[in-house]
Parts: sequence; structure tokens; C-alpha cells
Amino acid sequence: MTAPGPERFDLIVIGAGPAGASAATEADRAGLRVLLLDEQPAAGGQIYRPLPAEFSPREGRAPGPDLRAGAALRAALAGSGAEARFRRRVWHLARGFSVFALGPDGVERYAAPALLVAAGTHERVIAFPGWTLPGVIGLAGATVLLKSQQVLPGERVVVAGAGPLLGAVAAGILKGGGRVVACVDLASPAEWMRLAPAAGLRPDLWGQAAGWTAAFLRGRVPLYPRHAVVEARGPGRVAEVCIAPVGGDGAPRADAPVRVLRADSLCVGHGLVPATEMTRALGAEHLYRPDEGGWIARRDACLRTSVERLYVAGDGAGIAGAVPAALRGRLAALAAARDLGRLAEAEFARKAAPVRRRLARTAAFGAAVARLMALRPGLARTVSRDTLVCRCEDLTRAEIEDAIGEGAREINQLKSWTRCGMGPCQGRMCGETVASLMAARVGSREAVGQWTARPPFRPVDFEALTGDFTYDHLPFPPTAPA
Amino acid sequence: MTAFDAAVLGGGIMGSATALNLAWGGMRVAVIEKRALGSGASGVNAGTLSLQIKRVALMPYAIRGKELWATTAKRLGVDVHYRVVGGMTLAFTEAEAEALRTRMAERIAAGAGAEMITAARAGEIEPALAGERIVLASYSPLDAYANSSVTGLAYRRALVAAGAEVREGAPVTAIDRAEGAFTITAGGERVVARRLVLAGGAWLKGLLRMVGIEMPIHYRVNQVAVTERTRPLFKAVIMHALGFLTLKQSDNGTVLIGGGWQGFGDPEAGGGEVDAENLVGNLRLARYAMPALAGSRIVRSWAGYEAHVPDFMPLIGPLAGVDDAYVIGCVRGGYTQGPYMGQLLAELILGREPEMPLFNPNRFNEARAAA
Ligand SMILES: Cc1cc2nc3c(=O)[nH]c(=O)nc-3n(C[C@H](O)[C@H](O)[C@H](O)COP(=O)(O)OP(=O)(O)OC[C@H]3O[C@@H](n4cnc5c(N)ncnc54)[C@H](O)[C@@H]3O)c2cc1C
Ligand SMILES: Cc1cc2nc3c(=O)[nH]c(=O)nc-3n(C[C@H](O)[C@H](O)[C@H](O)COP(=O)(O)OP(=O)(O)OC[C@H]3O[C@@H](n4cnc5c(N)ncnc54)[C@H](O)[C@@H]3O)c2cc1C
Repeated sequence: MTAPGPERFDLIVIGAGPAGASAATEADRAGLRVLLLDEQPAAGGQIYRPLPAEFSPREGRAPGPDLRAGAALRAALAGSGAEARFRRRVWHLARGFSVFALGPDGVERYAAPALLVAAGTHERVIAFPGWTLPGVIGLAGATVLLKSQQVLPGERVVVAGAGPLLGAVAAGILKGGGRVVACVDLASPAEWMRLAPAAGLRPDLWGQAAGWTAAFLRGRVPLYPRHAVVEARGPGRVAEVCIAPVGGDGAPRADAPVRVLRADSLCVGHGLVPATEMTRALGAEHLYRPDEGGWIARRDACLRTSVERLYVAGDGAGIAGAVPAALRGRLAALAAARDLGRLAEAEFARKAAPVRRRLARTAAFGAAVARLMALRPGLARTVSRDTLVCRCEDLTRAEIEDAIGEGAREINQLKSWTRCGMGPCQGRMCGETVASLMAARVGSREAVGQWTARPPFRPVDFEALTGDFTYDHLPFPPTAPA
Repeated sequence: MTAFDAAVLGGGIMGSATALNLAWGGMRVAVIEKRALGSGASGVNAGTLSLQIKRVALMPYAIRGKELWATTAKRLGVDVHYRVVGGMTLAFTEAEAEALRTRMAERIAAGAGAEMITAARAGEIEPALAGERIVLASYSPLDAYANSSVTGLAYRRALVAAGAEVREGAPVTAIDRAEGAFTITAGGERVVARRLVLAGGAWLKGLLRMVGIEMPIHYRVNQVAVTERTRPLFKAVIMHALGFLTLKQSDNGTVLIGGGWQGFGDPEAGGGEVDAENLVGNLRLARYAMPALAGSRIVRSWAGYEAHVPDFMPLIGPLAGVDDAYVIGCVRGGYTQGPYMGQLLAELILGREPEMPLFNPNRFNEARAAA
């Protein structure tokens, strides 16, 4: 595959979102030879996704704060000596560390004594009847549509779920000229109010909050706090969205009246889940921390995992939002420089102190936002027995429950028995629903466990992976006796 | 605590099949498994049930093992997706063709049920193969496969139905013998049994040490990969003259790719890890044989441990020096033969004459040999 040896660096950073891009810039400043890899065409990650070249910002409008922050992040990175390579999908990691990526020219192999994983998150959607209908999309997916394609998800949109993406998506739709039929929020106003003291330390957010409020008032968006979508109905495509009041744990109240809304699109998301497949693959220890998004790699104050010289940063290390993500990225880079013997202890302390101070100021808000997006275990009760839970393998809740009833104790055992999680989504779409259902029966998410990480981290193209080769050069393994 | 008639340590195919036959034979049996039944090699293997890739010395056992897989759905009550699809072994060079001719002549004589075919015939049977690259092939209409990931489910259901006790999540950490019974410590609990069957797969060495026996048990780390669902491309199990490839497409369209390419890992330290270079090598060979695979995507790959002793022959029978203790393991291609090997050992334990000879496990017993 790679006849010459791997290209070597001091530190490899995976993911060029706010966490990874800041880390690479900081590592370069600390004198490390650093490589930054991302599958996207540019740095910025999910939040600071650049506008595609064909879209220029609309006439007479100043770019929003996210676009400005993203441009600053990219400028700092470009001004540094960090080697950034885009359109590289990392598909496998080996201890020590080897990084295997698939790029425009095929498989690439890199090596470094230190590795920082800043791979971000994926969205949690707990299944409900009708969630697989066309017209139902994730909230996070909707931000991508709005940002990089400037496309509205529909004309009459219900926005539902949890956390700040609700506001971002609703505001984006209104800005694009769409109609938001309802904003259906799992949280109560009191829960949002808990953000206020923490937000006091983040004046950068006031403008955004004020902007959303104004947009909501202008667009007359009906708000349904402490409500959940209990069903989406067709035929063929979303036509009606049924919502009902819920308790604090997300479970619909027993006597709850169901309200039916007419809509042609439903954007729904129940929070973000840290992407841990890379740290799992490398054997790092993980902990279940619902308030930080779920399973995360155990880390110390400098973002070191339980595996030597393996670091995590950003929302993949526990949900905290973009600003803390960038700060934790910088801290992890400094820790790596110190652990590699490239930064003296005193120098490390001097550089880390201001980053830590700023992190402390932003941490409370990050934690409050993460709590808003935490899994509500009662939500899975809206899954009826015949609702599809695993879309890739066509498995209903009943089939999952039967396997649990027969004695599947742990999520990988359930996977072998039912094929749940074996499809191309690799368990990202169904994992949280299945684990919620199982935890309700076996006692805890810890008992349910995590999917065993198996390469590739995302499906990879057979042709690209195998590239050009000749039969004579296949590295046949030694055989056992016939 | 009433004693079980037998405790089987390790719930792979070897332990599960032994336990099931003991339970069917009227014994009170406990299966004690570290993780889950079928969580080791028996649940992650490639599921190939082909006689073309079996050693001549083991052919009669493989034939009987394959027969048992054919009736598993009926016997165990779980569909293991047993499919008779035929199997084809390919040689791409003259040297490989020569090796194929010699090996296959012996195996055909031993009952593998295959015949040699030309490249043209191979292309007729499976048009998706790169016919122009094939020099020679062998074919058997009898070859089959099954889905190994449901091994644990199948045996668990049958064991429970037969009244056996199944303890999962229970790693055995100590075995003591007193007053004609074994006391087994597993996952904080104790199990007492009059007979002991060690069936720990690649972890057998550790279990043997618990009864004071040292054996030269080694392991290989075999890799497998699978594609997403793709359009139907082929039916037969496709293999390679030197054993480096197994290809099969399931009813759901996924293609499973194996062939004994090696990964990394140490059973004592945890699960096996995939070696990227070897994964790519395995996939290249697959694509060389079947170019249309290039249009699919790989969704998953993994590695599992397969144990062996220096002569690559099984260890099955009573352990010398420890009364009422038995071992079963180190069977190469053991998924195919497991159901039958377990039946043979159970026959011996139940006091019957096994249908075929067992495999003296004491031939490598280093500690006892030295004593
Ligand atoms: C789809 C989505 C949309 C979001 N939209 C918003 C929003 O509009 N506003 C808001 O405040 N917050 C949003 N968030 C939350 C926001 O992403 C985070 O707070 C912030 O971006 C975290 O930064 P990060 O650097 O940790 O991760 P990310 O920004 O997610 O960056 C991770 C990077 O890793 C890369 N990556 C992951 N896996 C691989 C791989 N195998 N190979 C190569 N590259 C890889 C990704 O391409 C990505 O660029 C969104 C989250 C998601 C998942
Ligand atoms: C990737 C791969 C592909 C293969 N492909 C094929 C194929 O296509 N066809 C074929 O015929 N064969 C194949 N094989 C071989 C076959 O899978 C094995 O020979 C067979 O499964 C071995 O069965 P076993 O019961 O001895 O071991 P295992 O299935 O590994 O079972 C051993 C069990 O013991 C348990 N255990 C270990 N220590 C303890 C302890 N201290 N306490 C409690 N429990 C313990 C383990 O958790 C495990 O479940 C393949 C093997 C691998 C790894």
C-alpha cells in the first residue's frame, strides 16, 4: 500500500474544527512539527463551516459572528507553520501512533509519537413513529443545509428537540425566508434561564441570543416548551407532526393531549454525542457522563487520555461548545509539547495559565448548554413496538426488546444477535435509542457498554482503499501448514 | 451449593457444543463464559464451511461437522443462515496451480467432494470472477457457509432449553480441587462441579495453568472485513489455492472477505486489532479475483484469535494427572468442526465410545512431562 515508510510528525491532530485547528496552530507555536487532517475541504468544523465559494455573502450584509470567527481560525492556521491537509478521511489508527487516511490519491499513512483526536460529535436522534419519513432531518444536518448549501429544509417547518441548535436552525430558516410552524423544545423556560448566570461571562453570546429573540418575535414562532414530537405522519412524506407535553425526563405525560401540526418538514435533534470511535479504537478508558453528552474518554485537566500521548479536545472530549473547544485544543497541544519534551515545565505553565483562565470562564456556560442537550432517558418511551429503530438493518423496537428479553446483556451481544448497528451508519443513528431501551432493562448505560470500535471509522470506498497494485506484489501472509 | 455434573469453562463453539451434548445426555451442566457465548473466535469467524480447505487428517471430522451445521436450525432452534452455495478455489499462477493440484488430489481422495475445473468453467459458474486471470480452479457443489455472529444466540437458546446453566460475564480466575470436586471461581461467584471441561479457545493456556498444566499454545490473529449491502455479484464461496482468500456474499448482499491475513494483539491484553497493510492486501486479492467489488464500500473489519499447538492438530480428551478434567481446543478451522468435536468429547464424558478417535491432549504437556 505504502512502499515508502509513513510520513512522520511530532503531533498529528485529527479534525480541523475549532478544537483541532486551534490545537495545530498552538502546537506549531510551541515548535512541534504538526499535521492537521480533516475530511472537509477547509478548516472550521461544524460551526465555522465556510461558505462554499459559489455563495458570496448576501449584498449589503456583514458576515455573522460565526463566519467571522471561522475566518479568524482559518487565518491563524494558514499563518502558522502547521501542515494542514484536507479531504482526508481518517479510517484507521494504530497504537504508537499510525494514522491511515484516505485522500484524493488513495491511502496515506502518517506516524507520530503523539496524537490528538478532535473529531467532534454526531447528532442524537431518539426514534419515534415516523422518524424515517422523507422530510424528517436532523437539526445538526439542517444547520449544514442552511450554512453550506443555503437551502431551506421545507416551506412549513417544525423545529424540535433540545439545545441551542433549535434556535440556530429556526433563526436560519426565518432568515432564509421560510416559515417555522413551531419550535418544540424538550426543555422548560426555567432550564434555559439556568444559562443566564453563566452566559453573563460570555458577552459574545448576548448578541446572538438577542438576534434569535428578535427573529422569533418577528417571525411569530409558536414556542412549545417541555414538549416532544411523538409522531410524524405521511403519507409518503411528512405532512403532520404530533407533539405532546413531556416531563423533565422527556417521557410524554400519561394523560397528555396530542396536538397535530401541519408541516412539510421536521428538523429534530436530541443533542450531540461525542465521537469516541477513535479513542475507543486505541483502547482508551471511557466514562459515561450524560451531562457531557454520554460516553467520553477519561481525561485529565490537560486533556490527556488513559493512553500515553493520546489527547482529546473539543466536543468529542465532552460537549462544551465551540469556544471551550478551541481553548481545550490549545491546552492539549501545549500538554503534548511538554510531554514530548519540547516545552519546559515553566514555559508550559506560563503558556497554559491564560488558556486555563479563559477556559474556566467559559466552562460554566458550556456545561449549562451541554446539560440542555443531555439525553432524556424517558424519550425512548415514545418508540412504539413497530417503530424502526435500526434503519440500516430494518429492526423494530419489538425485535430489539425480544433480544433483550432473551438475555442480550450488552450492546455488542445485541449486535451479534440482531445485526443492529452493523449497517453503514455503524450504529450512529440507532445507538442512543437502543442503548436507552437496553439501559431501561439492564439497569445502566455502563452495563449496556459501547459498540466495539472497528475500522474503518466511516465506510470507505473499496476502489480507493485498494488503489493500483500488481498481483506479484501482494504481501501474502505466512501460511499455517496445510 | 449442589455440585454440577460438569462445568464447561469457555462458551465458544467447542465449549457450547460439548455442554449441549452433555445436557442432552442427562447431565446437569454449567457453562461459564468470561464475556458472552460466542464472543470469541466462534462468533467473529468467516463462517466458511468448505471441505476444500480442510486438512486431510481432519477431513472425516469436518464432513461430520458440516452435516451438523446443516441441521442446526432444527437442532438448536435458531436459523444460522446455513447455505449450500458451492465453493471454488482459484489459482492465479502456475505455481499456485501446481500446489492446488497436489493438495486437492489428497483432499478429494479424503472425501472433500471437489473436482478440478478449467478457468473457462470457473467463469461460467461465477461470471463475476476475473476469468482471464484464473489458471486453474477446483469446485465443490457441497461447500457452504453460515453466519457465525449468531453462534452465541443459537447455542444459548439450545443450552437454556436443555436445562443447562449459562453464566455470562463470568471470567474464571481460579480452579480448586478438593474431595472429588472442582470449585471454580468466576466473576465473584463459585461453582462446584464434579467434572471440568476447559474450552477457552485462545485463552486456553491460562485455564490450563489454573490446574497446573503448561502447554505450548500459540495463536494467530485472523482478520475479516465486510462490505455494505451490494447488488448480487456471486453465489459460491470463493477461495484461494494458498488459502489467502475467502469471499462470500450473504442473502442481504454484504460480502465477507477473509483469508487468514494477520492482525495484531494478545488475547490476554484484549481484542485483536486490524493491521491496515494486511487489510488492504486482503482486499486487493479479493478485488483481483472479483473486480466488481471495487464498486462497493467497506463498512467494518475486525480480528479474532485462533489457537494452535505446534503440530496444528486438536487437543481433545482427558487431561493426564487431573482426574475428571478434559480439554477441547486448538482445532484449526474449528467453526466447521466444532459441533462434532463437542459431540465426540461429550460421548467420552458420558461414558460412551466416541464415534471417532479423539486427540490426545497430553502430547505437549510440558509440566507433567518434565515431572
Ligand atoms: C452537524 C453539526 C452542526 C452544528 N452546527 C452548529 C451551529 O450551527 N452552531 C453552534 O453553535 N454549534 C453547532 N454545532 C456544535 C458545534 O459543532 C461544536 O460546538 C463545535 O464545532 C465543536 O468543535 P470541535 O472542534 O470539537 O468539533 P467539530 O467542529 O465538529 O470538528 C470536528 C472535525 O473533525 C472532522 N472529522 C471527524 N471525523 C473525521 C475523520 N474520520 N477523518 C477526518 N476528519 C474527521 C470533521 O470533518 C470536523 O471538521 C454543530 C454540531 C454538528 C454535529
Ligand atoms: C477471524 C477468524 C476467521 C475464521 N474463519 C473460519 C472459517 O471461515 N471457518 C472455520 O471453520 N473456522 C474459522 N475460524 C476458526 C474458528 O473460528 C475457531 O477454530 C473456533 O471458533 C474456535 O472455537 P473455540 O470454542 O475453541 O474458541 P472461542 O470461540 O474463542 O471460545 C473460547 C471462549 O472461552 C472464553 N474464555 C476464555 N478464557 C476464559 C475464562 N478464563 N473464563 C471464562 N471464559 C473464558 C472466551 O471468552 C471465549 O468465548 C476462524 C477464526 C477466526 C479468528
